[in-house]
Amino acid sequence: MPWFIKTKSEREAKKKLKDDIWIQCQSCGAHVFRQDFTNNLNVCPKCDWHGKLTAYERIGMILDSGTFKEMFETIRPCDPLQFVDGKGPYSEKVETARAKTKLNESIVTGSGKINGLNVVMGVMDFRFLGGSLGSGTGEKILQAANYAYDNRVPCIIFSASGGARMHEGILSLMQMAKTCAGVARLDERKIPFISVLTDPTTGGVSASYAMVGDVNLAEPGALIGFAGRRVIEQTIKQKLPEDFQTAEFVKEHGFVDKIVHRKDLKETLFTILSYYNR
Amino acid sequence: MERELEFEKPIAEMEKAIEKLKALAVDNKGDFFNQIAELERKCEERKEEIYDTLTPWQTVQVARHPRRPVLYDYISMIFTSFVELHGDRCYGDDHAMVGGFATLGTQKVMLIGHSKGKNVDENVKRNFGMARPEGYRKAIRLMRLAEKFNLPVVTFIDTAGAFPGLDAEERGQAEAIARNLTEMAKLEIPVVAIVTGEGGSGGALGIGVADVVLMLSNAVYSVISPEGCASILWRDAAYASNAAESLKITAKSLLSLGVIDEIIKEPAGGAHNNPAAAAEAVKAAILKHLKKLTTLSGQKLTARRFEKFSSMGKFTK
Ligand SMILES: [Zn+2]
Repeated sequence: MPWFIKTKSEREAKKKLKDDIWIQCQSCGAHVFRQDFTNNLNVCPKCDWHGKLTAYERIGMILDSGTFKEMFETIRPCDPLQFVDGKGPYSEKVETARAKTKLNESIVTGSGKINGLNVVMGVMDFRFLGGSLGSGTGEKILQAANYAYDNRVPCIIFSASGGARMHEGILSLMQMAKTCAGVARLDERKIPFISVLTDPTTGGVSASYAMVGDVNLAEPGALIGFAGRRVIEQTIKQKLPEDFQTAEFVKEHGFVDKIVHRKDLKETLFTILSYYNR
Repeated sequence: MERELEFEKPIAEMEKAIEKLKALAVDNKGDFFNQIAELERKCEERKEEIYDTLTPWQTVQVARHPRRPVLYDYISMIFTSFVELHGDRCYGDDHAMVGGFATLGTQKVMLIGHSKGKNVDENVKRNFGMARPEGYRKAIRLMRLAEKFNLPVVTFIDTAGAFPGLDAEERGQAEAIARNLTEMAKLEIPVVAIVTGEGGSGGALGIGVADVVLMLSNAVYSVISPEGCASILWRDAAYASNAAESLKITAKSLLSLGVIDEIIKEPAGGAHNNPAAAAEAVKAAILKHLKKLTTLSGQKLTARRFEKFSSMGKFTK
């Protein structure tokens, strides 16, 4: 074998090594040391592009160290429709996602403290079936809201989701009503609900709890919108502006209060909650 | 008749034969009475047969049938003294969402619904029943008005979905729907929703958070259109019938999943074959449920509605 032809496994090993050390920014294309990227909260040090975070990375970033108590962690999908699509059964997809992420659902919920303030928090994880809103996700959000209601603590939900989970059909749609009913009750007791919209927050998640925070925060550049770009372009038969459905676009149109750089998020949440005068 | 669905063709042929016989009966003064009666009976049987065994995808075709009764048909058939109210007080008046005071029998209500058209002009005016944010904002404004006036709310759901357009996104389609879901949960008046045709995703649910959710027997209600689901999960919209099957979108499926409370049976051959009978059935069902709901206090209603939607969904603990 000539020296310049590498075996497949050699190539893969080399690529893996390369991916372990380097990461390419999805926005500016720069090659950045993975270590630098991670140390910078998964934000590109060159252009400030905000990469995705796992739920636990986010929790570590927002809550005071050692204060997080996970709740409702055993809730997981059950394939209520016995759904099978072109690529196989939903139940298999769930098991693959659980094995890959070590999560039971697309959201992690629990209580903790932000600079000493008690909160209940839900953090969606896009790795679990695209952060889709399934029955288990909806239940955990409802339970988190109920915990806030019962214990009179502020509720914070971080969204990262492509929308409803089609594999659970109409039950997935009903989670929009269920989660909204949960956060709606917080108004009755004047308990704050803060929604943080991260990349992406679209479809049924944007059209439910994610948009009705007392304060809506968003991360820079996050995709936020109801209908998909392609569906809209096909419907209205015109090209959409470049910045369409970005956090900045949505803020400009009045639907988020503030765009916050990831490094400032914890302090911003604390500052807002410190104005809660009850 | 025009624009028959494929599976309706045997019915159309029998109806044609009956018409012919009737014409002969008139022209020749012959006695075809028994023959006609026999054919009519057979035709009804065939209708029942066909409509009792529709596949989910065929049901979608019926739910979208061009002659299926739409909101303004129901308004003229079963409601009286309709006072239409316009506008969301923010941006404009959306003709895809219609609402106002209306009377059903002796029961005064606030009527709100998606408004599809039945011809090109109407559909252009009403955007095929696909509402924009101002439609959803008008709807919730009228629901709050109903609360002030102590009137029950009745919503008619019939939409392919909320309009996916640039302007709708700019004006906050997501926020408008989300706000309705949140505010409807708090309404201290009875809310009855009826899915009469297409219950298309968030656009349907945006007026669907009700104490009682009814559904016509050939209506469908889904998180995504079968075509949309097929193009994502099968990578080909041609698999829409498979998606319709998998998504469990028929009234029967939804009843067993606990998403709806009751199925309103349509006349043989579907609502479009006998709109008046369909409308009477809708009227009877609404009145039956309102009779019970109007005895409950506002607090009881919101507590029950919270429980109802809290229990939606299936998961493993
Ligand atoms: Zn970059």
